[in-house]
Amino acid sequence: MSTTILEMRKITKLFPGVKALEDVELEVLDGEIHAICGENGAGKSTLMKVLSGVYPHGTYTGDIVFKGETVQFHSINDSEAKGIVIIHQELALVPYLSVAENIFLGNERRGRGGLIDWNRTNSEAMALMAQVGLEENPLTPVGQLGVGKQQLIEIAKALSKEVQLLILDEPTSALNDDDSEHLLGLLRKLQERGIASIMISHKLNEIEEIADRTTILRDGKTIETIDMSEVASTQDRIIKGMVGRSIENRYPKRDHNVGEEMLRVENWSVGHPTQQGRIVVDRANFNVKAGEVVGIAGVMGAGRTELAMSIFGQSYGHDIKGELYMRGERIKSRDVSEAIGHGIAYATEDRKKYGLNLIQDIRTNISSAALDKLSDRGWIDGNKELAVAEEYRDSMNIKTPTVMQAVGNLSGGNQQKVVLSKWIYTDADVLILDEPTRGIDVGAKYEIYTIINRLVAAGKAVVIISSELPELLGTCDRIYTLAFGRMTGEMAVADATQERLMELMTQERDPKTMTEDKEVLS
Amino acid sequence: MMAGTANIRDLVARNIRTSGIYIAFVLIIALFAILTDGTLLSATNVTNIILQYSYILILAIGMVIVIIAGHIDLSVGSVVALTGAVSAVLVIKNGAPWWVGVIASLIVGAMVGAWQGFWVAFVGIPAFITTLAGMLLFRGLTLLVLGNVSLSPFPAEYGKIAAGFQNGLFGGNGYDVFTVVIFAIAVAGYSFSAVRSRRARLGYKQTVEAAPLFVLRLLAVAAVVMWFGWQLAHARGLPNVLIILAVLVVAYTLVTTRSVFGRHVYAIGGNLSAAMLSGVKVRWVNFGIMLNMGLLAGVAGVVYSSRSNGAQPAAGNMFELDAIAACFIGGAAVTGGVGRVTGAMVGGLIMAVMSNGMQLMGIDQSIQSVVKGLVLLLAVAFDVYNKRRAGAR
Repeated sequence: MSTTILEMRKITKLFPGVKALEDVELEVLDGEIHAICGENGAGKSTLMKVLSGVYPHGTYTGDIVFKGETVQFHSINDSEAKGIVIIHQELALVPYLSVAENIFLGNERRGRGGLIDWNRTNSEAMALMAQVGLEENPLTPVGQLGVGKQQLIEIAKALSKEVQLLILDEPTSALNDDDSEHLLGLLRKLQERGIASIMISHKLNEIEEIADRTTILRDGKTIETIDMSEVASTQDRIIKGMVGRSIENRYPKRDHNVGEEMLRVENWSVGHPTQQGRIVVDRANFNVKAGEVVGIAGVMGAGRTELAMSIFGQSYGHDIKGELYMRGERIKSRDVSEAIGHGIAYATEDRKKYGLNLIQDIRTNISSAALDKLSDRGWIDGNKELAVAEEYRDSMNIKTPTVMQAVGNLSGGNQQKVVLSKWIYTDADVLILDEPTRGIDVGAKYEIYTIINRLVAAGKAVVIISSELPELLGTCDRIYTLAFGRMTGEMAVADATQERLMELMTQERDPKTMTEDKEVLS
Repeated sequence: MMAGTANIRDLVARNIRTSGIYIAFVLIIALFAILTDGTLLSATNVTNIILQYSYILILAIGMVIVIIAGHIDLSVGSVVALTGAVSAVLVIKNGAPWWVGVIASLIVGAMVGAWQGFWVAFVGIPAFITTLAGMLLFRGLTLLVLGNVSLSPFPAEYGKIAAGFQNGLFGGNGYDVFTVVIFAIAVAGYSFSAVRSRRARLGYKQTVEAAPLFVLRLLAVAAVVMWFGWQLAHARGLPNVLIILAVLVVAYTLVTTRSVFGRHVYAIGGNLSAAMLSGVKVRWVNFGIMLNMGLLAGVAGVVYSSRSNGAQPAAGNMFELDAIAACFIGGAAVTGGVGRVTGAMVGGLIMAVMSNGMQLMGIDQSIQSVVKGLVLLLAVAFDVYNKRRAGAR
């Protein structure tokens, strides 16, 4: 019987208005590979941030016991000093520095007089690289290596800090099959050396293959910890644990009244804007009809936002291929104003970064995508603009004393209503809503669903991108699943279950149909 | 509080950023009026301030638009020199009529703006670099055009652009009636539009200031403006350059607040990604911004060459810094998205009053520079502080 290396007891973490973690328990045994599963927003990343000291001691309640002693981390440096190293999904490497420089960044190998000892740096880097199976010159700039190799550099970096517990946040989400295989093999090798790992992953095959035990989180609570060697058909059990909540009366009723086809997307492929050869969306097909709500289900990183933004005036991606049809006619969407002109609207998943001008008032934000409607020869009719803003404030129930209020001062739900107002005012026929209810409370969510119902009742077509399955099941007529850039399924909502969707969302690529996705080596 | 009226405290609290600058302006004027025993506010000196700083104010109009969009333009001083030089070569050296020089200056300014706009908007070179290069480039071209020597004097008509006055049209005894009448018309126009916009806002159930407060504000503005006109009327009348400046201020206030172009400028500066995803043609707007800046630098070039009655290789040196300082003191945000033409004008006037006041007091150039530097730093620190406070909320 192996001993416990880490125990997290009754961890509770509050954000303003949200309980992100509630009495979460996590126990990791010495030298095991422990997987953590859960939907987006279940609290996985928050838990890891608590563990690694990103959220310092005192901002949460509960105890962390590491190697038998209760620890209090006040920063990442504290947790690293104890040998707990986290590797985030977005790799934190400096592209213009060399492999060796990156490995020892913040932990430089110094020689006489505090100057960096380059010989030592490079030779120790070579040794670490050999341990992770990376055959590269330590002087190569990291930016020239593929994501798979960059991941290995992160692990080498962790090893240089004498890691005892390695945390990986979705380590294989950006990797192709060969690289994933190599990475998992490496984790096993580290396990033989006695290094325990915690791995967050959406890929259930992978978890089944490598994890000793799996803890499932849902809505900020621990559901159960499964011993992978004991239980039969573990994937089903994990899925059930992840989605287990029931859909209550959280979705307003609506009459389904589907009309003619509005938008059709055929053979849509999108390349990564900077990493040449990486395909983000691979020959996707979907359509949406008037009066219909279509869902696109996919976990983060599946290519959902990239799919939507590339359709919306090529706002994302490189080397975009495929055809768009609006009411059966082929259209082009080369820039955003052209897309808007064809009646397409895209409400972003990150409203603060891409959706709103936070320092401007509500009025200006609502009119910003449709100034043509308010202006004559380039001059804006200020009174009409104000009238429009007032109208939307009432119809969308935006809670604010005045439409001259800066949008940055509104709550998330009200900001989202401003975003929706902005796009509805463009008279769009197809509204693509990317995570329309992310980060807003239950009451505001209900209002957003009501607005969506009103839109389709008026004959608009709505596409909802979401990783929240109950939301899709509660609002859509039809659901597509997207996994790793590919459409893996389409079903009427009546045929869909959370389990079925989750299975399709986590379905890995079939190597036979995979397009060239080799990393670039330059 | 839905529709209705707001009292002074609300107004000040809500507009501390914009109103702070006016309070500072009044305090600075009061300070220097006392320090100079009232000379600062004498009729001739008020006229002088206008003549002396008009070209900085003209540059600041273009600059504030550049800064709202999140850019900067370091080349305007060199462009002022270049456009003035071109005009001088045509008019002084080749004997062309005065208006040929004016038009040539404007065309050269616009060409310079288009050149810089091309690099900023379509090639994607940051404006800082593009205009830093432009600063060297256009200074060099100025030297080439002038053959390294100063040219002067301009014919009298050209000199009247910046140094001339409109007066005597309606006569007057010891003062110029025409000037007073023009100012009275301006005050009436301002009051009329203020009343109209207040009515419109009330119609849309927006908060406006209480009626007595509104009247008080109008009376205060009217009093200050009329006093200013009265002073000018007692000196040499209405300066031509003030007419040019007033037309530009009104026109560009409208462009920034009422036009689609202006709206797009604020959108780009406020959130570039959101602007792109709202269908703003960011490249063309950026091009337009730089083009406009070049054109206004051409106007400033005409005014400056007219006032200095010639063209010098070193003309316009450091003008860019005064213009930029005017914008930031006037409440423009370093990060873009915030700023006003009127704010930039007040910022420019604060710099002008300080320089002028210190000159009257005979303070050394070195100290003047130190004081101006500190004022700029404090103004931006105030902006940063405000923003941090807003962010913490």
